[in-house]
Amino acid sequence: MEFSEGKPIWRQIYDLVCTRILSDEWTEQSRIVSVRELAADVGVNPNTVMRSYERLESDKIIYNRRGIGFFVADGAKEHILDIERREFMTEELPAMIRRMRLLGVTLDEFALLFKDLP
Amino acid sequence: MIDIKQLTFGYTANRNVLNNITLSLDGGHIHGLLGCNGIGKSTLLKIICGLMRPTGGSVCVAGVDPSTRRVDMMQQMMIIPEEFSLPSVSLISYARMTSPFYPQFSMEQMNYYCGEMMVDPHEKLHNMSMGQRKKAYIAFAMACNTRILLLDEPTNGLDIPSKSVFRRLLAGYTDESRCIVVSTHQVNDIDSLLDNIIILDQAGVALEATTAEICRRLSFGAVDAAEAVYTERSVMGQIGVAPNTTGEDSRLNLELLFNAVTADRGSIARLIK
Repeated sequence: MEFSEGKPIWRQIYDLVCTRILSDEWTEQSRIVSVRELAADVGVNPNTVMRSYERLESDKIIYNRRGIGFFVADGAKEHILDIERREFMTEELPAMIRRMRLLGVTLDEFALLFKDLP
Repeated sequence: MIDIKQLTFGYTANRNVLNNITLSLDGGHIHGLLGCNGIGKSTLLKIICGLMRPTGGSVCVAGVDPSTRRVDMMQQMMIIPEEFSLPSVSLISYARMTSPFYPQFSMEQMNYYCGEMMVDPHEKLHNMSMGQRKKAYIAFAMACNTRILLLDEPTNGLDIPSKSVFRRLLAGYTDESRCIVVSTHQVNDIDSLLDNIIILDQAGVALEATTAEICRRLSFGAVDAAEAVYTERSVMGQIGVAPNTTGEDSRLNLELLFNAVTADRGSIARLIK
């Protein structure tokens, strides 16, 4: 796996797990790959993957059954969408609005595109 | 698992290569050993595995002085040197000859590693290109399943696809009981594997910190010049290292970290400790 600049690797792995849950590759109450398997799969230190899993656990996206492994939590998709929506509203959207102002893009132009874009 | 105390080493009596090295390398981690050419990284690895003896100070590997070369310790120790010579036999025959020294060796695992790295274990080692031979030796060394694995510039000579295969295999090799030390200049090849960083300079250990700690304390890339502790010019403008005040982890840039520590070890050490 190639990792992009900017985001820490544990965060990119966090996002990877979220993507797999959102795309139904991993469904609620199903067991996800172990820390070691995922580490070997993407070529990352297992301690880094463990960090991603711990964060996913505290964000209630996955949970740990001692001795068995990690499972997708009930309502994981909603949790992910909530978190992503919050991030979008507080980070991406303000950045986009600043850029629109800088480039002189009007709200009307934006609304037109918003409506037309499939 | 590897305890090094005030180690010094010189190839000649009046010039030390390693000065006052104190390090404690635990199991369960992949330690990255970085330093400029000639700073003594390979020498340190050779001392850790008992190939050379320190001039001063001590090294202890799982409670044993490696220079005693005790069998029970040697069975748990493997080094992949940067350059090596192997007999003119196939990897399979080489493994048959050498693996009895390593009780945990698995032929099945070696063949699996060979398959992943596209090396034919039946081909004569002398007929292989340098890169193929390196991969063959990596396959053998990892199949020995030793608790301590020392790798000196493992990605040198590897082709582009092999580097990512190597990353996957080494990540899979890692577990809580194993202590892996990788010395390298090719930081971009392996930065996702490392969770502890050691930078050596003339005066000893310039930096030792976990990557988690580094990312919590420092940020890398386009940084505010007024706050930066180190800057350099790039195509993207000024980039550098600055204190991380965001409360979020940064993405580690080992090259920038290395340059910053080389330029001024004190300022980085102050920010991390």
